[in-house]
Amino acid sequence: MNALPLILTVFVACAVEAVEALTIVLAAGLTREWRSTFQGMAVALVALAAVVGVLGPTITLLPLGALRLVVGALLAIFGLQWLRKAILRATGHKALHDEASAYLREVAAAKAAGSASRRGWVSDWYAFTLAFKGVLLEGLEVVFIVLTFGANQKNIGAAVIGAAAAVVVVTVVGVAVRAPLSKVPENAMKFAVGIMLTSFGTFWGAEGAGVSWPGNDAALLVLVPVIALVSLGFTLWLRRGGAGAAAGPAPAPAHETEEVPGR
Amino acid sequence: MSGVTRWLKSFGAFWYDFVIGDDWQVAAIVVAALGVTALLVHQAGVNAWWLMPLAVFGALAWSLRRATANRPPS
Repeated sequence: MNALPLILTVFVACAVEAVEALTIVLAAGLTREWRSTFQGMAVALVALAAVVGVLGPTITLLPLGALRLVVGALLAIFGLQWLRKAILRATGHKALHDEASAYLREVAAAKAAGSASRRGWVSDWYAFTLAFKGVLLEGLEVVFIVLTFGANQKNIGAAVIGAAAAVVVVTVVGVAVRAPLSKVPENAMKFAVGIMLTSFGTFWGAEGAGVSWPGNDAALLVLVPVIALVSLGFTLWLRRGGAGAAAGPAPAPAHETEEVPGR
Repeated sequence: MSGVTRWLKSFGAFWYDFVIGDDWQVAAIVVAALGVTALLVHQAGVNAWWLMPLAVFGALAWSLRRATANRPPS
Protein backbone atom coordinates (compact mmCIF):
# COMPACT_ATOMS: atom_id res chain seq x y z
CA MET A 1 0.00 0.00 0.00
CA ASN A 2 1.12 3.55 -0.77
CA ALA A 3 2.47 5.41 2.27
CA LEU A 4 0.35 8.52 1.59
CA PRO A 5 -3.00 7.17 2.92
CA LEU A 6 -1.13 5.93 6.02
CA ILE A 7 0.50 9.33 6.61
CA LEU A 8 -2.78 11.22 6.04
CA THR A 9 -4.82 8.95 8.34
CA VAL A 10 -2.26 9.21 11.13
CA PHE A 11 -1.96 12.98 10.55
CA VAL A 12 -5.70 13.64 10.97
CA ALA A 13 -6.06 11.29 13.95
CA CYS A 14 -3.06 12.83 15.73
CA ALA A 15 -4.14 16.40 14.91
CA VAL A 16 -7.37 15.82 16.85
CA GLU A 17 -5.38 14.62 19.87
CA ALA A 18 -2.87 17.46 19.56
CA VAL A 19 -5.66 20.08 19.55
CA GLU A 20 -6.99 18.65 22.82
CA ALA A 21 -3.54 18.53 24.41
CA LEU A 22 -2.86 22.11 23.28
CA THR A 23 -6.00 23.33 25.09
CA ILE A 24 -4.75 21.85 28.37
CA VAL A 25 -1.18 23.12 27.92
CA LEU A 26 -2.37 26.66 27.10
CA ALA A 27 -4.62 26.69 30.18
CA ALA A 28 -1.70 25.60 32.40
CA GLY A 29 0.85 27.93 30.82
CA LEU A 30 -1.20 31.10 30.50
CA THR A 31 -2.84 30.94 33.95
CA ARG A 32 -0.07 29.34 36.01
CA GLU A 33 3.50 29.30 34.79
CA TRP A 34 5.17 28.39 31.50
CA ARG A 35 8.40 26.91 32.89
CA SER A 36 6.63 24.22 34.95
CA THR A 37 4.17 23.62 32.09
CA PHE A 38 7.05 22.95 29.67
CA GLN A 39 8.69 20.67 32.26
CA GLY A 40 5.47 18.65 32.57
CA MET A 41 5.20 18.44 28.77
CA ALA A 42 8.84 17.37 28.44
CA VAL A 43 8.53 14.58 31.02
CA ALA A 44 5.34 13.32 29.32
CA LEU A 45 7.07 13.32 25.92
CA VAL A 46 10.01 11.35 27.35
CA ALA A 47 7.56 8.82 28.85
CA LEU A 48 5.78 8.50 25.47
CA ALA A 49 9.11 8.09 23.67
CA ALA A 50 9.99 5.31 26.13
CA VAL A 51 6.68 3.56 25.38
CA VAL A 52 7.41 3.77 21.63
CA GLY A 53 11.02 2.66 22.20
CA VAL A 54 9.93 -0.43 24.16
CA LEU A 55 6.74 -1.40 22.28
CA GLY A 56 7.83 -0.39 18.76
CA PRO A 57 10.52 -3.03 18.20
CA THR A 58 8.51 -5.64 20.17
CA ILE A 59 5.31 -5.21 18.16
CA THR A 60 7.11 -5.58 14.84
CA LEU A 61 8.50 -8.95 15.97
CA LEU A 62 5.00 -10.46 16.33
CA PRO A 63 3.78 -12.77 13.53
CA LEU A 64 1.79 -10.67 11.04
CA GLY A 65 -1.39 -12.78 11.30
CA ALA A 66 -1.62 -12.50 15.11
CA LEU A 67 -0.68 -8.82 14.95
CA ARG A 68 -3.44 -8.07 12.43
CA LEU A 69 -6.04 -10.02 14.42
CA VAL A 70 -5.31 -8.22 17.72
CA VAL A 71 -4.64 -4.79 16.23
CA GLY A 72 -7.61 -5.09 13.87
CA ALA A 73 -9.94 -5.88 16.79
CA LEU A 74 -8.58 -2.94 18.82
CA LEU A 75 -8.80 -0.51 15.89
CA ALA A 76 -12.35 -1.59 15.02
CA ILE A 77 -13.44 -1.15 18.66
CA PHE A 78 -11.66 2.21 18.87
CA GLY A 79 -13.04 3.40 15.53
CA LEU A 80 -16.60 2.39 16.37
CA GLN A 81 -16.40 4.31 19.66
CA TRP A 82 -15.16 7.43 17.81
CA LEU A 83 -17.87 7.04 15.14
CA ARG A 84 -20.58 6.49 17.73
CA LYS A 85 -19.60 9.61 19.66
CA ALA A 86 -19.25 11.73 16.50
CA ILE A 87 -22.70 10.63 15.25
CA LEU A 88 -24.30 11.27 18.65
CA ARG A 89 -22.74 14.75 18.70
CA ALA A 90 -23.70 15.52 15.09
CA THR A 91 -27.32 14.62 15.82
CA GLY A 92 -27.63 16.55 19.09
CA HIS A 93 -27.76 13.50 21.35
CA LYS A 94 -24.51 14.51 23.00
CA ALA A 95 -22.98 17.93 23.56
CA LEU A 96 -20.31 18.93 21.05
CA HIS A 97 -16.79 18.93 22.41
CA ASP A 98 -16.04 22.65 22.63
CA GLU A 99 -12.36 23.56 22.99
CA ALA A 100 -13.24 27.11 24.10
CA SER A 101 -15.40 25.93 27.02
CA ALA A 102 -12.95 23.11 27.85
CA TYR A 103 -10.24 25.79 28.02
CA LEU A 104 -12.36 27.98 30.34
CA ARG A 105 -13.01 25.01 32.64
CA GLU A 106 -9.29 24.24 32.87
CA VAL A 107 -8.47 27.93 33.48
CA ALA A 108 -11.04 28.17 36.30
CA ALA A 109 -9.66 25.01 37.92
CA ALA A 110 -6.07 26.26 37.55
CA LYS A 111 -6.92 29.61 39.15
CA ALA A 112 -8.79 27.94 42.02
CA ALA A 113 -5.91 25.58 42.76
CA GLY A 114 -4.03 28.06 44.95
CA SER A 115 -0.63 29.64 44.60
CA ALA A 116 2.44 27.93 43.18
CA SER A 117 4.38 25.65 45.53
CA ARG A 118 8.07 25.14 44.77
CA ARG A 119 9.42 21.71 45.66
CA GLY A 120 12.57 20.36 44.08
CA TRP A 121 13.20 21.41 40.48
CA VAL A 122 9.56 22.27 39.73
CA SER A 123 8.29 25.71 40.78
CA ASP A 124 4.56 25.01 40.20
CA TRP A 125 3.47 21.41 40.62
CA TYR A 126 -0.13 22.14 39.56
CA ALA A 127 0.99 23.44 36.14
CA PHE A 128 3.48 20.56 35.83
CA THR A 129 0.88 17.88 36.63
CA LEU A 130 -1.82 19.42 34.41
CA ALA A 131 0.53 19.59 31.40
CA PHE A 132 2.00 16.13 32.12
CA LYS A 133 -1.39 14.42 32.34
CA GLY A 134 -2.82 16.24 29.32
CA VAL A 135 0.11 15.45 27.04
CA LEU A 136 0.51 11.86 28.31
CA LEU A 137 -3.18 10.91 27.97
CA GLU A 138 -3.65 12.47 24.54
CA GLY A 139 -0.21 11.23 23.48
CA LEU A 140 -0.99 7.62 24.42
CA GLU A 141 -3.62 7.52 21.72
CA VAL A 142 -1.18 8.99 19.22
CA VAL A 143 1.33 6.27 20.17
CA PHE A 144 -1.35 3.59 19.81
CA ILE A 145 -2.31 4.81 16.32
CA VAL A 146 1.31 5.21 15.18
CA LEU A 147 2.34 1.74 16.39
CA THR A 148 -0.74 -0.13 15.13
CA PHE A 149 -0.88 1.50 11.71
CA GLY A 150 2.90 1.57 11.29
CA ALA A 151 3.44 -2.05 12.36
CA ASN A 152 0.62 -3.38 10.17
CA GLN A 153 1.94 -1.58 7.10
CA LYS A 154 5.55 -2.42 8.07
CA ASN A 155 6.20 1.30 7.83
CA ILE A 156 6.45 2.84 11.31
CA GLY A 157 8.57 5.65 9.81
CA ALA A 158 5.68 6.90 7.64
CA ALA A 159 3.29 6.76 10.62
CA VAL A 160 5.78 8.74 12.72
CA ILE A 161 6.03 11.36 9.94
CA GLY A 162 2.21 11.76 9.93
CA ALA A 163 2.08 12.08 13.73
CA ALA A 164 5.03 14.47 13.97
CA ALA A 165 3.61 16.67 11.20
CA ALA A 166 0.28 16.88 13.05
CA VAL A 167 1.93 17.84 16.35
CA VAL A 168 4.14 20.45 14.64
CA VAL A 169 1.24 22.02 12.67
CA VAL A 170 -1.03 22.22 15.73
CA THR A 171 1.78 23.57 17.94
CA VAL A 172 2.77 26.26 15.40
CA VAL A 173 -0.84 27.37 14.92
CA GLY A 174 -1.45 27.28 18.70
CA VAL A 175 1.64 29.41 19.40
CA ALA A 176 0.61 31.83 16.65
CA VAL A 177 -2.94 32.38 17.90
CA ARG A 178 -2.19 31.81 21.63
CA ALA A 179 -5.70 30.47 22.14
CA PRO A 180 -7.46 27.10 22.02
CA LEU A 181 -8.17 26.05 18.45
CA SER A 182 -11.95 26.27 18.75
CA LYS A 183 -12.43 26.83 15.00
CA VAL A 184 -11.07 23.37 14.13
CA PRO A 185 -13.99 21.19 12.91
CA GLU A 186 -13.23 18.65 15.59
CA ASN A 187 -16.36 16.54 15.29
CA ALA A 188 -16.03 16.24 11.50
CA MET A 189 -12.39 15.18 11.96
CA LYS A 190 -13.38 12.63 14.58
CA PHE A 191 -16.06 11.29 12.24
CA ALA A 192 -13.46 10.90 9.46
CA VAL A 193 -10.94 9.27 11.80
CA GLY A 194 -13.63 6.94 13.15
CA ILE A 195 -14.36 5.81 9.58
CA MET A 196 -10.66 5.20 8.84
CA LEU A 197 -9.99 3.33 12.12
CA THR A 198 -13.11 1.19 11.69
CA SER A 199 -12.26 0.41 8.04
CA PHE A 200 -8.63 -0.53 8.70
CA GLY A 201 -9.65 -2.46 11.84
CA THR A 202 -12.28 -4.42 9.90
CA PHE A 203 -9.83 -5.14 7.08
CA TRP A 204 -6.87 -6.20 9.21
CA GLY A 205 -8.98 -8.02 11.82
CA ALA A 206 -10.65 -10.19 9.18
CA GLU A 207 -7.28 -10.81 7.46
CA GLY A 208 -5.82 -11.84 10.81
CA ALA A 209 -8.74 -14.28 11.24
CA GLY A 210 -7.73 -15.92 7.96
CA VAL A 211 -9.93 -14.15 5.39
CA SER A 212 -8.74 -13.34 1.86
CA TRP A 213 -10.38 -10.09 0.81
CA PRO A 214 -11.67 -9.89 -2.77
CA GLY A 215 -9.16 -7.69 -4.60
CA ASN A 216 -6.69 -7.88 -1.69
CA ASP A 217 -5.66 -4.36 -0.55
CA ALA A 218 -8.01 -2.79 -3.12
CA ALA A 219 -10.90 -3.98 -0.92
CA LEU A 220 -10.09 -1.01 1.34
CA LEU A 221 -11.04 1.33 -1.49
CA VAL A 222 -14.56 -0.12 -1.26
CA LEU A 223 -14.67 -0.64 2.50
CA VAL A 224 -13.85 2.99 3.44
CA PRO A 225 -16.59 4.65 1.32
CA VAL A 226 -19.15 1.99 2.28
CA ILE A 227 -18.51 2.51 6.01
CA ALA A 228 -18.63 6.28 5.44
CA LEU A 229 -21.95 6.04 3.59
CA VAL A 230 -23.53 3.75 6.19
CA SER A 231 -22.35 6.09 8.98
CA LEU A 232 -23.79 9.11 7.17
CA GLY A 233 -27.01 7.12 6.73
CA PHE A 234 -27.16 6.49 10.50
CA THR A 235 -26.58 10.23 11.09
CA LEU A 236 -29.45 11.21 8.77
CA TRP A 237 -31.66 8.56 10.32
CA LEU A 238 -31.04 9.88 13.85
CA ARG A 239 -31.54 13.49 12.71
CA ARG A 240 -35.01 12.48 11.56
CA GLY A 241 -35.72 11.00 15.00
CA GLY A 242 -34.99 7.42 13.90
CA ALA A 243 -34.15 5.43 17.01
CA GLY A 244 -36.56 7.14 19.38
CA ALA A 245 -39.50 6.66 17.04
CA ALA A 246 -38.64 3.28 15.59
CA ALA A 247 -37.01 1.43 18.43
CA GLY A 248 -39.32 1.78 21.39
CA PRO A 249 -38.05 1.51 24.95
CA ALA A 250 -34.52 0.22 25.31
CA PRO A 251 -32.04 0.54 28.14
CA ALA A 252 -29.44 3.26 27.74
CA PRO A 253 -25.81 2.25 28.28
CA ALA A 254 -25.09 2.30 32.00
CA HIS A 255 -21.71 3.93 31.54
CA GLU A 256 -21.69 7.03 29.33
CA THR A 257 -18.70 9.19 30.06
CA GLU A 258 -18.88 12.91 29.51
CA GLU A 259 -15.45 13.13 27.89
CA VAL A 260 -12.75 10.53 27.79
CA PRO A 261 -9.36 12.06 27.06
CA GLY A 262 -8.52 11.37 23.52
CA ARG A 263 -11.96 10.46 22.33
CA MET B 1 -8.95 -0.41 50.59
CA SER B 2 -5.17 -0.42 50.44
CA GLY B 3 -3.19 2.00 48.31
CA VAL B 4 -2.06 -0.76 45.96
CA THR B 5 -5.62 -2.04 45.42
CA ARG B 6 -6.86 1.49 44.77
CA TRP B 7 -4.03 2.09 42.29
CA LEU B 8 -4.75 -1.21 40.53
CA LYS B 9 -8.46 -0.33 40.30
CA SER B 10 -7.82 3.10 38.82
CA PHE B 11 -5.18 1.64 36.46
CA GLY B 12 -7.69 -0.96 35.27
CA ALA B 13 -10.44 1.64 34.94
CA PHE B 14 -8.18 3.86 32.82
CA TRP B 15 -7.38 1.04 30.36
CA TYR B 16 -11.02 -0.09 30.27
CA ASP B 17 -12.06 3.46 29.35
CA PHE B 18 -9.18 3.81 26.89
CA VAL B 19 -9.83 0.57 24.99
CA ILE B 20 -13.48 -0.37 25.54
CA GLY B 21 -15.02 3.09 26.01
CA ASP B 22 -18.68 3.82 26.67
CA ASP B 23 -20.31 0.69 25.28
CA TRP B 24 -18.76 -2.69 26.07
CA GLN B 25 -21.26 -4.45 23.81
CA VAL B 26 -19.56 -2.94 20.74
CA ALA B 27 -16.28 -4.55 21.81
CA ALA B 28 -18.06 -7.86 22.52
CA ILE B 29 -19.69 -7.89 19.05
CA VAL B 30 -16.36 -7.16 17.31
CA VAL B 31 -14.51 -9.90 19.23
CA ALA B 32 -17.33 -12.42 18.67
CA ALA B 33 -17.45 -11.60 14.93
CA LEU B 34 -13.70 -12.15 14.58
CA GLY B 35 -14.00 -15.46 16.45
CA VAL B 36 -16.84 -16.66 14.19
CA THR B 37 -14.91 -15.49 11.10
CA ALA B 38 -11.87 -17.52 12.18
CA LEU B 39 -14.08 -20.57 12.78
CA LEU B 40 -15.77 -20.26 9.39
CA VAL B 41 -12.43 -19.88 7.59
CA HIS B 42 -10.44 -22.56 9.39
CA GLN B 43 -13.16 -25.12 10.30
CA ALA B 44 -15.77 -24.77 7.55
CA GLY B 45 -13.51 -23.54 4.75
CA VAL B 46 -15.72 -20.48 4.08
CA ASN B 47 -13.94 -17.27 3.08
CA ALA B 48 -16.21 -15.15 5.31
CA TRP B 49 -14.85 -11.69 4.39
CA TRP B 50 -18.40 -10.29 4.52
CA LEU B 51 -18.97 -11.09 8.20
CA MET B 52 -16.84 -8.34 9.79
CA PRO B 53 -18.40 -5.45 7.80
CA LEU B 54 -21.88 -6.76 8.70
CA ALA B 55 -20.89 -7.06 12.37
CA VAL B 56 -19.45 -3.53 12.37
CA PHE B 57 -22.65 -2.03 10.91
CA GLY B 58 -24.76 -4.07 13.33
CA ALA B 59 -22.67 -3.03 16.34
CA LEU B 60 -22.87 0.65 15.40
CA ALA B 61 -26.64 0.53 14.80
CA TRP B 62 -27.24 -1.37 18.04
CA SER B 63 -25.08 1.00 20.07
CA LEU B 64 -26.68 4.14 18.59
CA ARG B 65 -30.13 2.70 19.18
CA ARG B 66 -29.35 2.02 22.85
CA ALA B 67 -27.82 5.47 23.31
CA THR B 68 -30.70 7.39 21.75
CA ALA B 69 -33.84 5.42 22.63
CA ASN B 70 -36.11 7.56 24.82
CA ARG B 71 -33.65 10.47 24.61
CA PRO B 72 -34.80 13.27 22.30
CA PRO B 73 -31.98 15.33 20.73
CA SER B 74 -31.17 18.50 22.63
